[in-house]
Amino acid sequence: MAGMNPAGVDVGGGARKAPPAQAGKTVLGPEEIRRALTRIGHEILERTDGARDVVLLGIPTRGVPLAGRLAARLAQTEGTRVPVGSLDITMYRDDLRLRPARALGHTEVPASGIDGKVVVLVDDVLYSGRTVRAALDALGDIGRPRAVQLAVLIDRGHRELPIRPDYVGKNLPTARREVVRVLLTEIDGEDSVTLLGGPEASAGRRRTDDASAEDRPRSAGFSAGDRPRPGEVS
Amino acid sequence: MNRHLISAADLSLDDAVAILDTAEELAQVTERPIRKLPTLRGRTVVNLFYEDSTRTRISFEAAAKRLSADVINFSAKGSSVTKGESLKDTALTLQAMGADAVVIRHSASGAAHRLAAWVQGSVVNAGDGTHEHPTQALLDAFTMRRRLGRIDGLRVAIVGDILHSRVARSNVWLLRTLGADVTLVGPPTLLPVAVGSWPCSVSYDFPAVLPGSDVVMMLRVQHERMSDAYFPSVREYSRRYGLDGDRMALLPEHAIVMHPGPMNRGVEIAAGVADSVRSTIVEQVANGVAVRMAVLYLLLGGSGEER
Repeated sequence: MAGMNPAGVDVGGGARKAPPAQAGKTVLGPEEIRRALTRIGHEILERTDGARDVVLLGIPTRGVPLAGRLAARLAQTEGTRVPVGSLDITMYRDDLRLRPARALGHTEVPASGIDGKVVVLVDDVLYSGRTVRAALDALGDIGRPRAVQLAVLIDRGHRELPIRPDYVGKNLPTARREVVRVLLTEIDGEDSVTLLGGPEASAGRRRTDDASAEDRPRSAGFSAGDRPRPGEVS
Repeated sequence: MNRHLISAADLSLDDAVAILDTAEELAQVTERPIRKLPTLRGRTVVNLFYEDSTRTRISFEAAAKRLSADVINFSAKGSSVTKGESLKDTALTLQAMGADAVVIRHSASGAAHRLAAWVQGSVVNAGDGTHEHPTQALLDAFTMRRRLGRIDGLRVAIVGDILHSRVARSNVWLLRTLGADVTLVGPPTLLPVAVGSWPCSVSYDFPAVLPGSDVVMMLRVQHERMSDAYFPSVREYSRRYGLDGDRMALLPEHAIVMHPGPMNRGVEIAAGVADSVRSTIVEQVANGVAVRMAVLYLLLGGSGEER
């Protein structure tokens, strides 16, 4: 898994014996992620009258596989097949000028469109809320949903905008200097949520805002691999 | 990527692929009800056109507007250029107006390169003399990738007036970077003297090249740049190097026919060929907007540092 550690996150100096993978505190394992998504799936069914008119849109990178898993849950539970897509928000970010130009994620709106539908945005971590703000702007350019809801695997607090999630896998109180790293099998080969950069590691590069937390330097991400970084997202 | 886009030869493989991938995403915007992104709000793009152009200028203008940039169009006709103002003084004027990017088309090779030293913003070369036209090469590559699914390993024949063609020059460099094999085809008088040093092969026998080509790119004979007689007659040129229906039949089943425009029907390309299903000429124009959006986004969308 070399190269899978988020760049700039101090996961342990040479003096420490523990391997990098254990440097953070594991918050959710595969089983817990599975259960959280199952519960969110049930909540969506409950709150949307059996997922009627629901469209799931994942926010790249890790919101996309999460949206896919939620859709599978809905199909398992009630046999409801809901359209799934992805919504890249890069062009709507409010911090574009703070970093070199970023690589774009993939946007794929289901053929049935979103007009009059209940769009459930899916992301891995809710932090400042700026990503969701950008997603709402992006949605407005694609169509006019009847309602927009938000599902996140982790709510880590520190909102900077009046935005709240409708479905939460786990509320995780964090300090701003900490980093929440979400790994998903589809992208990273394993399922886990880890809290990195506790007090003892705070000497490392601090990540204090959405801008630096989700940055994907284009020099790194552009070539054929375009391997997404482990998400310590918004 | 560099701060400017002057030459297709400056693009690394990563840069080129990044532009094509970005364009792929941005092409979707064209199909949406609201064909606009807020990304370059508050940025100013100046179109500085010293030479006649319809599609390139309109394409750059549409691209900049779809990214919400402000666009100032400047054409040499009706400006102070006719009063004798130099390129440098015009550049300084644009600088004073706060242009974040200058898209320049000029009849002199190297004009974009010179301009880049005078302005603080990004310079995008939209054709300088017979030198380069990098965004045309990028949109050609984009069109090939969309139609044929790849560029690496493609066999591309570029046919006609290579000598005066900035499109051919940019395509040779870019396609080489992307892994295609390029063959230049034309009468010896219309091939540059130093063509032997270019990363491509050369042929004078058009029909012999066709069966082994995945892409045929036809070029216009640029009479306006010709001061000598390069071939006996237009009719003879057309007979030897024009693409008609019979010649098109020599191409493999999947091959496509491209033309950067403007085309002279009946000279380098027969009307039936230009309008056939293999022709990508209209697609190229549509793809041009997406590719130029990608270029403007990658040059202006970020902080402009650490590039």
